Amino acid sequence: MAAVLELLLREEVAVGAVLRWLRQGPGHRPAEVTGLVSLSLLQKDFVPFLLNFLREQTSQILTNGPSTPAKTPNSKAHGSQRTGSERRAGHRRSSQKASLGSFLTATPEALPARRGRRKGGSAVSTSGRQVPRDLGRSLAEEEDGKNDSPSWSGGRRKRSEVPLVSARSPPSQLNLNNLEEFPPMGAASGWTNKSKPSRRINPTPVSAERPLSKPKTCFTSTPVSQSPAARFSSGSNLEAFSTVQEGNLTSVISSSLQEEREMLKKERYGLSMMVIGLLILNIHLYYLIFSLPENLVPNIFLELFFVLQLLTSKGTSTAEEEEESDLEVNERKKGTLKFLAENERIASFSPTLHERLRQAYESSTAKVSLLLPCSVQSVSFQPETDNRSNFPSDRAFHIFKKQRDIFYELLREWEDNHEKTGWDFERVLGNKIRAMMAHLSATCNHSHFARLFQKQLIQMCKGPVGGGASWGDTPDQDVLNMLGPDNLSRLKRLQERFVVPQSIRGPCPPPSFPGCQQFFRDFILSAGSYQFNQHLVDSLCLKILELDGLTLVEHEHSDGEADMDEQDEKKRFTVVLLSLRLLAKFLGFLVFLPYRTVEQPTRDLQDSAVALRNQTLPVLDVLKLLRQSIRDHRSILTVPWIVEFLSLADHIAPFLDYYRKVFCLLLLMVLSEDKEMSFLNKLLILAVLGWLFQVESPVSFPSFSHQDSVPLVDQQLLYTCCPYLGELRKLLASFVAGSGAKNGGFIRKITPTAAESLAPKTSVTQRKLQVELEQAFFHNQPPSLRRTVEFVAERVGSNCVKHIKATLVAELVQRAEVMLQDKVKEEDANHDKLLEEVCAHLYEEGAQALIKGREFCKKKGPEAVRVLLPEETSAAVLNSAEDIAVELATEKACGWLSANIAALIKREVKATFNRMLKVPGLPLPSEDALELRRDCPPGCQHRAPFPSQIINEIKDVLCVAVGPRDEGEVIDHDWLECLLGRLSQTLRCRKFMCPTSEQQLAKCTVELASLLGESVMIIKSNPTYGLLKLLLSVWKEDFGAPVPVQLMFSRKNIASLTLANKGSLVCIHLLQDFLKELEMLSRVFTSEHRIEEPRTNPRELTRQSLGTVTAQS
Amino acid sequence: MKLSKAQYDEIAQFLGHVQPTRQSLRKLKEKFPSQSQSTLLSIFSQEYQKQIKRTHAKHHTAEAAETYYQRYLNGVMKNAAAPVLLELANEVDFAPSLMARIVLERFLQEREQAIPSKTLINSMLRDPSQIPDGVLANQVYQCTVNDCCYGPLVDCIKHAIGHEHEVLLREMLLEKNLSFIAEDQLRAKGYDKTPDFILEVPVAVEGHIIHWIESKASFGDESSHQAYLQDQFWSYWNRFGPGLVIYWYGFIEELDCHRERGILLKDCFPTDIVTLRHSMAQR
Repeated sequence: MAAVLELLLREEVAVGAVLRWLRQGPGHRPAEVTGLVSLSLLQKDFVPFLLNFLREQTSQILTNGPSTPAKTPNSKAHGSQRTGSERRAGHRRSSQKASLGSFLTATPEALPARRGRRKGGSAVSTSGRQVPRDLGRSLAEEEDGKNDSPSWSGGRRKRSEVPLVSARSPPSQLNLNNLEEFPPMGAASGWTNKSKPSRRINPTPVSAERPLSKPKTCFTSTPVSQSPAARFSSGSNLEAFSTVQEGNLTSVISSSLQEEREMLKKERYGLSMMVIGLLILNIHLYYLIFSLPENLVPNIFLELFFVLQLLTSKGTSTAEEEEESDLEVNERKKGTLKFLAENERIASFSPTLHERLRQAYESSTAKVSLLLPCSVQSVSFQPETDNRSNFPSDRAFHIFKKQRDIFYELLREWEDNHEKTGWDFERVLGNKIRAMMAHLSATCNHSHFARLFQKQLIQMCKGPVGGGASWGDTPDQDVLNMLGPDNLSRLKRLQERFVVPQSIRGPCPPPSFPGCQQFFRDFILSAGSYQFNQHLVDSLCLKILELDGLTLVEHEHSDGEADMDEQDEKKRFTVVLLSLRLLAKFLGFLVFLPYRTVEQPTRDLQDSAVALRNQTLPVLDVLKLLRQSIRDHRSILTVPWIVEFLSLADHIAPFLDYYRKVFCLLLLMVLSEDKEMSFLNKLLILAVLGWLFQVESPVSFPSFSHQDSVPLVDQQLLYTCCPYLGELRKLLASFVAGSGAKNGGFIRKITPTAAESLAPKTSVTQRKLQVELEQAFFHNQPPSLRRTVEFVAERVGSNCVKHIKATLVAELVQRAEVMLQDKVKEEDANHDKLLEEVCAHLYEEGAQALIKGREFCKKKGPEAVRVLLPEETSAAVLNSAEDIAVELATEKACGWLSANIAALIKREVKATFNRMLKVPGLPLPSEDALELRRDCPPGCQHRAPFPSQIINEIKDVLCVAVGPRDEGEVIDHDWLECLLGRLSQTLRCRKFMCPTSEQQLAKCTVELASLLGESVMIIKSNPTYGLLKLLLSVWKEDFGAPVPVQLMFSRKNIASLTLANKGSLVCIHLLQDFLKELEMLSRVFTSEHRIEEPRTNPRELTRQSLGTVTAQS
Repeated sequence: MKLSKAQYDEIAQFLGHVQPTRQSLRKLKEKFPSQSQSTLLSIFSQEYQKQIKRTHAKHHTAEAAETYYQRYLNGVMKNAAAPVLLELANEVDFAPSLMARIVLERFLQEREQAIPSKTLINSMLRDPSQIPDGVLANQVYQCTVNDCCYGPLVDCIKHAIGHEHEVLLREMLLEKNLSFIAEDQLRAKGYDKTPDFILEVPVAVEGHIIHWIESKASFGDESSHQAYLQDQFWSYWNRFGPGLVIYWYGFIEELDCHRERGILLKDCFPTDIVTLRHSMAQR
């Protein structure tokens, strides 16, 4: 190792040559690297060695972050490695779990043989090729599902020729014979199982002085001859980067070194030239690694992180600190990419890399800014899923109503307090949550709550959230915010983040539940409810499947709308990807929760657990989904969430047959290459997989068919903190997500509900032909046409159902209401039976729904299609599109209607009926409506006093009239007359009148009349009689509601009259006329409106009362 | 009209121990001439209700009911025309309407030899002519008419005021071209909690986005506001997002502290309304 480096440093070998040497494997012996030939066996270890060397050399100058883990040669013995990792176990969470390596150890007997073969080392390169082939084959046969053996026994292996990625197009298949496509790392396996737990290779051969003494000659001299024909590019990815030719690589380096030297002088950097030189090498190395299909290092981000550290390091000079913090601000604010893009040092090191980054940054900003903050933070109530008809009973419905409010109450409490010291989730909320769970269980409302919980989770933890300071404060949020437009609240939040130190998570943090996710995790833990968890798992699975099913569609760059579409789709893709990751993380949490153990189980326990758990099926078939995604080229969407899901696996899970397959497939993805995948897509996949394997597997893959070939051995898991990389990763995730549409956008595939065709049944062949024609029609049209038609069909079909509900069904329900009103009064009938009868009447008419539905679709479908398609669409195309849309919409709508119309009518009638029964005292709705339909007189200005005002004033009059009165308190006659006048106005303007107000006014005025009658007797004045006449006219002319005039002669009022009046019979005769009119009025009211309680004829009553009065006087 | 906590406390303190009569109300108006009558009445009513809640239990014991009933009987025996029940209520610091209820209940119990149903009692209080005893009917009526905080008449007035302000608000929304779904429509759709109005297209009021508006024809004091938050406003927030509450008779301005989170308080229809641009274009 050191020898190679030394050769390099001594300029005996050019950098380019070393890179070539690294890439091309030991069999390759170009002339210029003769010096390396003897070292060929060490080739694969050179990279880790170099990296470690760099780390060592730079450890003192890296003041700007935690140290990144060193590389270890991939050929380490796993046994001792494990000891090493276990020793560190105390420091990290996930190291407590079984490593991926150890689960793989547990397998096959056949593997040692293979390993042995490789160790032979005679046909190094061919055995190197063997790795993926074996892998691919084993996976392929696992895939066909017939191999039930828990082991990967070579003996039982079926010689299936199905390649792993069988459905892929030929160029992207794993080409087992193509040297370019497979990593050479495992090729040379001469390196024996040298147990070396240390993280560093002994760096002795490079003397400490040499770097300091040699740099100038090393890096400034002209490079050795370069072969212009050097076969550098091995794939399209590389071509993208081939602007940097090997030939000029060193010259770039040397020229940039000049600049760097100047820079160094100026800024008094404490870096030695040696370090700078190596740094450059490192950058270029990684630059190349990115572009290499072989992906020498699985977790490229650790390395990128390291490079970034070097770039941003300022040596030890304290004078630079200020600038450093500026830089930090810069980075945080603008995002790592921008920082990189603007980093002048990168520019001076490598103009092309800089250009590339700059482009990347520029293309990334535009789209994320589309994500506007959403102001709603709660899950909205949707009648379709949340109203009474979705619950088995009133009780369940009302209890859920409360549960929803309690849930948000808990959430607010958490939000307000969880950051306060001494606040403990379980202590404060635990019992409330469990009480809630008990209520849910009692009414079987878990599924509703699980849905709410899941929706709220997405709402708070994924989407861009504005406003509230601490809501949605998640890492993904960081990314979105940073890239978003300048926005005061965001800036404020960023500022806050500087003040409050961010929790440090390091470049490869264990899975965690940051921000609001914490609430949801703790809620699940505190609830400890099996039912709830199960429903939540169901809900999460459903949502994941739905989101994962989004289809990636090729972009039509030919038409002008592509840009717009692309942006929309990128935005949507970002949202979908982030949601999926979130949901999958929680799903993983729930699925593996019951198996979580603090300690790694012993081997025996593990074996029995594996045997036991191998018998059960996984909740979500992630393996199938992963395979599908690879086949359909959608792994960019699927892999990231599967990684989240798996990151929460318990100790045992990776040993289970099922999950082992998943891990192996993922590992294969690291090793293989999809040339069609865009650079950044690939980067994302590598990043998340790198992370997963870091987290999952600190050790090697000894039995993974070819352990030496996999260079992700013994990566350390827990690194000391560094927020930069976390942000870098997040940023890239978001950025890559955003550019996912570069070689393929994502659109939602809308599949119209496949309802039974209601069209007259044509022959099968004819229908088939129609379908074919339809497909053919779309084939040569832009995909947007199909999307539009499907969209229109979906929406029009759905609206059609709503239309029928609002028109036909509503009409029928109204009719039912009338029928029910009559019948419910007739007898104390059996309500259920009554309902059945009435509904049966209506079902026949419900058949109209299909005719009306068809009409609706036929009318609306074409309208919508016409609006949505471009104007230049030819008439013929337009017509066909309209026809198809109408047909699909009709099928959807009528299919639903024919199946559900009866149930719908019944449901609606029942709901109305229940409402009717619930308000027995109040006038029936139709009557109510009748009264309200009375309009204001023409030209009414609605200026009349409010009914409440008049009631209040009459109440005051009644108070005085009823007494007790204050000294000298009287009712002013004129004022009373005025009041009655205003009462008349108020009654005429109907705007503010409600039935209860009017009824009360009627009642109060009757009482008033009764008291006036009394006072007529007391005061014996004619003017009061005038008031009575006035009232009579108001009753007659202005009231819409019946006036209970009979109350004047109630027992109470007679008693009152008797009490108040001990004489003056004369006065009573004044009332005679009034009484006559009153009698007539009373008849009018009784005939117009049913009066519940038959009362005595007022005339008779009057006579009676007069008799009483007479008798008593 | 917004009141500061201090202003409100002054009024509440004055109300300390008053009887719910029109005379008390008159005094209150004289003392605080700058406040609107409706605001004062609303505060008065709320304060009195708090007072009643505190003492409610002691009037509802069987012994108390018996005592009141006997005193009533003795009173009307002496003079049936005297305001026996009303004076009794004032004497023991209890709401006249509630006193009427206790005595009526006791009366019916004795007459029917059974505990009367709530519905029957309520119905008789609403329409005392149904009370089978003319004298008691008049006594009860006198109580309900003279009570300005409790009783069917007051309830009806409150209901009417609430309805009128809802209509007013509806008018204002129509005038501003803000389309909305009203409570009855929402209920018909099966919503479990329904604010007075849900805006079909949200607007920003004073820079805060709102989705719903609730009209409250009362004064927003601490206890009523807390109760409303708990029973209604947060529930609306939980379902529809942030919204606006209009306390037409004012509120304690310190209570308007949930703006950031999404509950805005106003004492009138807001003037600073920003609508979504394209919906403006549709006008």
